[in-house]
Amino acid sequence: MKAKAIRMNDKDNVVTAISDLTSGENVVVKNGKEMKVTVRADIQFGHKFAVKAIGKGDDVVKYGEIIGRATADIMKGDHVHVHNIESLRGRGDIADGGGRK
Amino acid sequence: MADFFLGYERSYGVGTRNHVAILPSVVCADEVARKIEERVENTRAFLHHQGCIQMGKDLEQTHRALVGFGTNPNCHSVLVVSLGCEAIDAQRLADEIAKSGKRVELITIQKSGGTLKAIDKGVQIAKTMAHEASSEHRKEFSVAELSIGVKCGASDTTSGIASNPAAGHAADLIVENGGRVIFGETTEIFGAEHILARRAISKEVASRVYEIADRMEKEGMRTGVDIRGSQPTPGNIRGGLSSIEEKSLGAILKAGTSPLREVIEYAERPNHRGLILMDSPGREVEVVSGFMASGAQVVVFSTGLGAPFGLPVVPVMKVTGNPHTAEELEDDIDVDVSAIITEGESVTEAGKRVYEEMLSVASGKEVKAEVSGYRFVDIWRIGPTL
Repeated sequence: MKAKAIRMNDKDNVVTAISDLTSGENVVVKNGKEMKVTVRADIQFGHKFAVKAIGKGDDVVKYGEIIGRATADIMKGDHVHVHNIESLRGRGDIADGGGRK
Repeated sequence: MADFFLGYERSYGVGTRNHVAILPSVVCADEVARKIEERVENTRAFLHHQGCIQMGKDLEQTHRALVGFGTNPNCHSVLVVSLGCEAIDAQRLADEIAKSGKRVELITIQKSGGTLKAIDKGVQIAKTMAHEASSEHRKEFSVAELSIGVKCGASDTTSGIASNPAAGHAADLIVENGGRVIFGETTEIFGAEHILARRAISKEVASRVYEIADRMEKEGMRTGVDIRGSQPTPGNIRGGLSSIEEKSLGAILKAGTSPLREVIEYAERPNHRGLILMDSPGREVEVVSGFMASGAQVVVFSTGLGAPFGLPVVPVMKVTGNPHTAEELEDDIDVDVSAIITEGESVTEAGKRVYEEMLSVASGKEVKAEVSGYRFVDIWRIGPTL
């Protein structure tokens, strides 16, 4: 089956869709080895979904690096975007040179 | 895999092109330079917009960029065209380029009897330079002699998945072979500074990474605008990018994974081989011109939506990972790595293809921007226009 999503790094808890996906679709993720995830929403080409549950306040990881923090509990297969994650940059309360924790 | 290329031996580096540069010291001399270019084969006019009503660091940066353009090894020889009353000291400019050992001549419009006489005089000089250049021929050189500029522009979500990683692998191969890779766009390291700092060869280099990002961020804030308020852009968000961190992490992939050797100012010559970060804005004409001033002989330009950009003497090679762009903008795209997305080609394989095409281009194969004659240049201005 053709991969319709790409995982950039083994540490990543989100992956990028490389086709438009339909809610309920069982998606093959390209990852070196095969991985399948059922998406819980329609997801456009270029958008992300979770391949693991991510708790509110947890790090969202892509490229093996932190790209933001979850602002809500995210389930495996959920669409992950600006509605449920926030940037750690530009935040005076937590800024410590480049989003380092 | 070839680890050499065919270039022109210069007293100062190795050229991948062999053009005669017509270099205005100021915007007011652009038209004279352009008309000389029109009349003499193999000349390339550098039609920038700076050189006067500038002062201090801003003027010095313009001077440094102009010297860098002239000394770039892709220029066989240089004709400086001055108006005569500009802020740039055209004689000093010509003298500093001449230190590289190449032939440099200076004409001044106000001392040549005006526009038409200056053009005629310039044509006579450029003609002899072009004739001299025609007797040069290419020889084999190691990849260690190459300086590659790497830039991404008109990005979309395929950039971080395909074209940037592929360009990055090619960049790693250049560095492994002893060459130099220069990248910039300080605004697009926001959120990824810690990765570059971690890869820095020393604490000094690491602190320079934070320093240039902080300086750029403050410069943006000084205008009353928080740069981060618009990053990622609405278009980026529609495309799926959720944060500036995500955007920057994708952007830095184009520079590969080598240790960061040095952080340089805009248009400065690096002291080291390996991976170099040049402080620069994100706007492509200024940053890519800056690579040319820093001695880059080839530029790799990773793009999602496609961009036509090219430089006067340095080939700008376009790489895309977007299958639609590869097809629709065939006139502008040199390497199609969309197979990473459509057919599961590995980044390593695609990166090797980018590397091999880069060596062909370094050896004389024309990029699409050269074929279409798209040539543009400008200098990053850091002072106000008063």
